[in-house]
Amino acid sequence: MTESTMKAPKKALRPVKWMRENLFSGWFNTVLTLGVAYLLVTSVGPLLNWFFLDANFVGSDASDCTGAGACWLFISQRLNFFIYGFYPDELQWRVDVMFLLLAVAFVPQFIERFPGRKWLGLFGIFGLPVVGYFLIPGGAFGLEEVQSSKWGGLMLTLILAYIGIIASLPIGILLALGRRSEMPIIRGICVIFIEVWRAVPLITVLFMASVMLPLFLPEGVNFEKLARALIGITLWQSAYMAEVIRGGLQAIPRGQYEAADALGLGYWRKVGLVILPQALKMVIPGIVNTFISLFKDTTLVLIIGLFDILGTVQSTVTDPAWQNVAIEGYVFVAFCFWIFCFGISRYSQNLERKLDTGHKT
Amino acid sequence: MRKTKTIALGIALAVGTFTATGAMAATTLENVKEKGHLQCGVTSGLPGFSQPDEKGNWTGIDVDTCRAVAAAIFGDAKAVEFTPLTAKERFTALQSGEIDMLSRNTTWTLTRDASLGLNFAGVNYYDGQGFLINKDIGVDDATQLDGATICIQAGTTTELNLSDYFRAKGMEFKPIVFDTSEQTVQGFSAGRCDVLTSDRSQLAALRSKLSDPSSAIILPNTISKEPLGPVVRQGDDEWFNIVKWVLSVQINAEELGVTSANADEMLESDNPNVQRLLGTDGDMGAKLGLPDDFGHKVVKLVGNYGEMYDRNVGPDTPLGLSRGINALWTEGGILYAPPVR
Amino acid sequence: MKKQTFDTRPAGPKPWNDPQVRSIFFQTIAIALVFWGGWVLVENTLSNMESRGISTGFGFLDETAGFGIIMNLVPYDATMSYGRTFWVGLTNTLLVSAMGVVAATILGFIIGVARLSSNWLVAKMALVYIEVIRNIPLLLQIFFWYFAVLSNLPSPRQSVDVGGALFLNNRGLYLPEPLTQDGFGLVWGGILLAIAAVVAIRVWAKKRQLATGQIFPTFKVGVAILIAVPIISYLAAGSPIEWDIPALKGFNFGGGITIIPELAALWIALSLYTASFIAEIVRSGILSVSKGQTEASKALGLPNGLTLRLVIIPQAMRVIIPPLTSQYLNLVKNSSLATAIGYPDLVAVFMGTTLNQTGQAVEVVAITMAVYLTISLLISLFMNIYNRAVAIKER
Repeated sequence: MTESTMKAPKKALRPVKWMRENLFSGWFNTVLTLGVAYLLVTSVGPLLNWFFLDANFVGSDASDCTGAGACWLFISQRLNFFIYGFYPDELQWRVDVMFLLLAVAFVPQFIERFPGRKWLGLFGIFGLPVVGYFLIPGGAFGLEEVQSSKWGGLMLTLILAYIGIIASLPIGILLALGRRSEMPIIRGICVIFIEVWRAVPLITVLFMASVMLPLFLPEGVNFEKLARALIGITLWQSAYMAEVIRGGLQAIPRGQYEAADALGLGYWRKVGLVILPQALKMVIPGIVNTFISLFKDTTLVLIIGLFDILGTVQSTVTDPAWQNVAIEGYVFVAFCFWIFCFGISRYSQNLERKLDTGHKT
Repeated sequence: MRKTKTIALGIALAVGTFTATGAMAATTLENVKEKGHLQCGVTSGLPGFSQPDEKGNWTGIDVDTCRAVAAAIFGDAKAVEFTPLTAKERFTALQSGEIDMLSRNTTWTLTRDASLGLNFAGVNYYDGQGFLINKDIGVDDATQLDGATICIQAGTTTELNLSDYFRAKGMEFKPIVFDTSEQTVQGFSAGRCDVLTSDRSQLAALRSKLSDPSSAIILPNTISKEPLGPVVRQGDDEWFNIVKWVLSVQINAEELGVTSANADEMLESDNPNVQRLLGTDGDMGAKLGLPDDFGHKVVKLVGNYGEMYDRNVGPDTPLGLSRGINALWTEGGILYAPPVR
Repeated sequence: MKKQTFDTRPAGPKPWNDPQVRSIFFQTIAIALVFWGGWVLVENTLSNMESRGISTGFGFLDETAGFGIIMNLVPYDATMSYGRTFWVGLTNTLLVSAMGVVAATILGFIIGVARLSSNWLVAKMALVYIEVIRNIPLLLQIFFWYFAVLSNLPSPRQSVDVGGALFLNNRGLYLPEPLTQDGFGLVWGGILLAIAAVVAIRVWAKKRQLATGQIFPTFKVGVAILIAVPIISYLAAGSPIEWDIPALKGFNFGGGITIIPELAALWIALSLYTASFIAEIVRSGILSVSKGQTEASKALGLPNGLTLRLVIIPQAMRVIIPPLTSQYLNLVKNSSLATAIGYPDLVAVFMGTTLNQTGQAVEVVAITMAVYLTISLLISLFMNIYNRAVAIKER
């Protein structure tokens, strides 16, 4: 540094100095700043008007939407349908219980030093699917049965993403282990399985699940449409999961494998007690990221006729009782997804930063 | 080693269940009775034919056709669960046994009847393909549509009919194919296409979904025959007969003047035709494997064909379709059911 | 293994504890399971198809399709075969994928660099763009660009008219189409000549730079040649191009090139969505180049632009390429969402209409999946070759 030869800097007000350094350093930056600022000013005003100032929030039907802005009334009036689909009103408490349990299990994961956080997480992964399996469809313990064709909305979106990720985890682990195996045939089978599923678009997988899967099964065996979609999603997702987990397996230093071998542990004990616990912990951010992309991809099920949240919104925006509410509907869905995805991705970034301390070679 | 054994056992178990469940060969009627409800495939939403409200209560003429079958079997028109299906999935769903009957405005054609392993159990609506067009364009006949952009819903006979029609007339068109009826309507109302083509009943339904239904008109041309009806799997004649005759009973009931309102009084009727229909005379039900009073239950709980029509697609509904060729043969239509005797 | 004259090894493990025996045993079981599973599937499928009267085989590819397709890059009409619909769908998929890859790459690099800009406002805007776009499902964005934007465009009769040659309405964007006339060969010759000249100048300039250290403005001169020579030859040949200008005929515009709204919406949505991921990749790629490199090149007196172009980007590319490849693959796969808005891509045309008409689900789905598998393998292959070219050459 050559500070001694430089003149003492002029004293400037801090904001002015900050602006000169960050916004107006040189003609190019000045032009950029002014251009972007102009765009912002011209677009933010009308958007703000449409979203809030001119928007309609209260009332009971379309005739109350008189302002020039958005008709949020449409969302609040149909919210029940967007969240529960056709699930019967008097049984919706069952879904609410699941939402609550989901929140109890996973929201503490965002809060460090929350007591018993780990146990809640484990409950979320192992216990919750079991509870949901009995609670949502009913038909046991005196609960009234609700067919899966009545499930819909946000609830269905969460079910698809959640089951897809939980079910693909064990398959993904096996595939990842298989791909790292020393047995060439097992490795080959796993590589082919993973690469084929990763190469095809989810939509072809869903079509296959909805149209072709019934042909693969023996006569008399059939699954409901939702179950078929879940099978397709799980197989597809497990290939991605396998690649994420393989990343973790590769990051484990060789010494760990050798130490386990030296202790005389067999393969499954070596993997189960030494390698996987470390590898899985390391790839949690990766798993969370695949969850985000799966969560977004579940919207594709509307193409095979399931009513996920986007499907329910799409089927109501054409309702003649409400006019031109398509943009409101899409904005609502976009907002729901954005909240979930942004929140979860922030969590995974934090986690990455935290886990970034050791283990890197 | 112990671990390996457990895994092997698991695989064996899985394999066992996989093959064991394959051997299941009860008749459809037995299966339905055992389940306690009828599983019926419908559209995912088409006003007048099968449409769920926000609570998942289904209404429509296709829905009532299913309810009538449930009424005949269980004496309970509510013993039905509906499976919404896209056009693409409908036949596979029936073939695989996911549903017991398909009532999803499906056109009866030779190819479908002969090569899909299905049987059409009658016709519950006689339809034909037409055109819906924006009034402003000022076209009043399909022969003026040369060069038009046309929205179509995928997975139907519609696409082929349209191509055939335009080719025969030496005209050109630009097809935009959408997967669901929601997208088709959205495309049409967004102005993506000049014309929307579909079965005429669907056009009426789709028009009722427009923000301003009076802005669009249905052209007078009908370019195809579309007899729509319930479908069952081939190879189970008992079930085929039940679905076929429940529909016939409804049509005969209208012809004989039996309605859901007077079904109880009609039990006292002297007319032998009515007596056989309602099961006060003979054992018509037993021949089909149903209770003898199944006709009475069907008419009482669901209504005759005319009631079913008026309630769902008739002039007083948003669709506002007059009976036309769907009137009884005695009233200038082509509805003619074989006699119950 | 080393050969030994006599065996000093202890007695080998019991066969069921011998890793080699076990490995063979497990692999045999794995193969048996895979074959058994495959056989069960095939057996079930065949017997199901037979009992349901579904025909099998690829004979349907020669049958007449009988339906229309709105956009075709290969000649097509309704009298052609189902096989031809496959090619129409495939070329449409490739077109939108290629357009998307180019646009997403350019946009992604710009936003990625903007994210690291010293301009606070620009950097923040880039951040907002990335965080908003990549957290919203692509299908929703496609719907938005298609339905929400489309319904705000004018009808054909009220088209937006740019200079009487370019028209925008809710049926698409209409551009004039250049039709080459006799004598256009001269222009092609001019273009080839210009390219050859630029290559020659570049080689010469490099040599001179190595020899004398002087820098020749290759870029500016090259651009000038590339523009001037074809124009001169074009004028010399007597302007051998006629423009087919779109005009309103009946319902719609005829003539010219049409970009249908489905293509535009899909292209915009795919590009914007993928660009938000590419931007993050570019950012982390640039950040991965150690600060010392920037400082060193500054110390050498290179200006900012050259530092970026000659020092940072080449090194960052090594980090960028692998994740970039998977984004390209994702883009190609995501183009299959076309079916939701009626763009006639492979999934919409072949796996949609053709499958519906023929009912041969197994064959059609198998062909479609094989196509995507092939495209994926090809992209991976090309990117691997490129990656090897830019990899660190260790000496």
